[in-house]
Amino acid sequence: MIPLKELLQPHRILLMALFAGFVLWCAVSLRWDWIPQYLPLAAHGLWTTLWILLASIALGFPLAMLLGLAQAVGPWYLAWPAKGLCTVIRGTPLLLQIWLLYYGLGSLFPQFPWIRGSELWPYLRQAWPYALTALTLSYAGYEGEVMRGAFSSVAKGQLEAARAFGMPRRTIFRRIWLPQAVRNVLPTLGGETILQLKATPLIATITVIDIYAVSSRVRSDTFIVYEPLLLLALVYIVIALVIGQGFAWLERRVPR
Amino acid sequence: MADAIRVENLFKSFGRFEVLKGVSLTARKGDVVAIIGGSGSGKSTMLRCINYLETPTAGKIIIDGEEIKRRADGSPAERRQIERIRTQLAMVFQQFNLWTHRTLLENIIEVPVHVLGQSRAQATERAVELLQRVGLGDKMKSFPAQLSGGQQQRAAIARALAVDPKAMLFDEPTSALDPELVGEVLNVIRDLAAEGRTMILVTHEMKFAREVATHVIYLYQGRIEEQGPPAELFGDPKSERLQQFLRTVA
Repeated sequence: MIPLKELLQPHRILLMALFAGFVLWCAVSLRWDWIPQYLPLAAHGLWTTLWILLASIALGFPLAMLLGLAQAVGPWYLAWPAKGLCTVIRGTPLLLQIWLLYYGLGSLFPQFPWIRGSELWPYLRQAWPYALTALTLSYAGYEGEVMRGAFSSVAKGQLEAARAFGMPRRTIFRRIWLPQAVRNVLPTLGGETILQLKATPLIATITVIDIYAVSSRVRSDTFIVYEPLLLLALVYIVIALVIGQGFAWLERRVPR
Repeated sequence: MADAIRVENLFKSFGRFEVLKGVSLTARKGDVVAIIGGSGSGKSTMLRCINYLETPTAGKIIIDGEEIKRRADGSPAERRQIERIRTQLAMVFQQFNLWTHRTLLENIIEVPVHVLGQSRAQATERAVELLQRVGLGDKMKSFPAQLSGGQQQRAAIARALAVDPKAMLFDEPTSALDPELVGEVLNVIRDLAAEGRTMILVTHEMKFAREVATHVIYLYQGRIEEQGPPAELFGDPKSERLQQFLRTVA
């Protein structure tokens, strides 16, 4: 924390005053009367943004681990496909991937009666499985590349000590190799996770109602443009700050 | 009673370069065998073959009467056997190799808990004892990077002791230390020798080898040039090369 004495320097007081003035101006002279009406929808949208973000990371990271491992130490028949997948994912726009899945696969599925008859069909008719799949693959592709470097960066002596004490290979991976690899790239992962957050609005293009879609809805319903966007920016900033603090906490827990 | 460690006619090549050309070694229980020699003489390789960190090209390794099984190509036949034998041969490295993402205490209970299956409480109790013994009782919660080289190496010795090894392998334990930190580590090793632990020690510290070893092996270009009790080997070296080596390191 910054000591109070430093906070009270003239230029800081001026900046704080300017900011407070801006907030006050926003509150007084802009229109916020639409908020109560859209609050339930906004809550729903925020929830969608958050759970799709978290689920895509929870599913994407293990996948990234496998992609990284295959590239770092795998035999060529695993390393090449992994490398290929990462290259394709990182080399094409996420919007394109989302649309390919939703409009491509999504329109193929109904042509097969056995898919229409299957228990998965109620889900495959909706948009979110395609959104989640695209975001998961995207996270896996980018983080797969990060994890490749992370696995290679663990010092040889660390693994050798584990072998010398008779650790089985799985234990070495679980107790030494993986934790050290992840620790080495924590700052990178933190940044990438915030990028992932900011990629989520793209799913609004395939009818998933996330927090971004809600702000668009407000605009088209009420013709109020700036207020929903300002609020939206604030929401993303707060989530990004929480993610950043979370990773900072993790980094402090395990010093290098 | 079986010898703690027997190495018989060991060969090791890296590609076409032959590092070890038929070396043998016997350590009975309680022996302290020092391996000395110039750089590139193969002394570290010989030590690392004992626990199969390096796979010997030919030769036998017998630990406490149990021979390590190998395939025709030299690779270990049973991973389980190697892993079990390794838990009985604790190693101390030149670069310490403490696990940097864990505190000292966690480093020391890691193998007892996650390999040997001891309870955390039991392992912790023993770890505290060991850390106090090597003079690090107040550093249990520290991470390796927060400690000096000498402290790290003493912790690494505690980690080795925590598995209750049948023999300990020291790979130049003081070579990476600042001169003023060498003494504290040697003191710990000296104590271990005095309590009758079986040790194989690759070292550059001739005075120390002379003081603690029961048997000294001088390696020259992958062969044993001369060996014997320390008083004889250092006091009255027969081989020309050993005489010259001792002059250059003295």
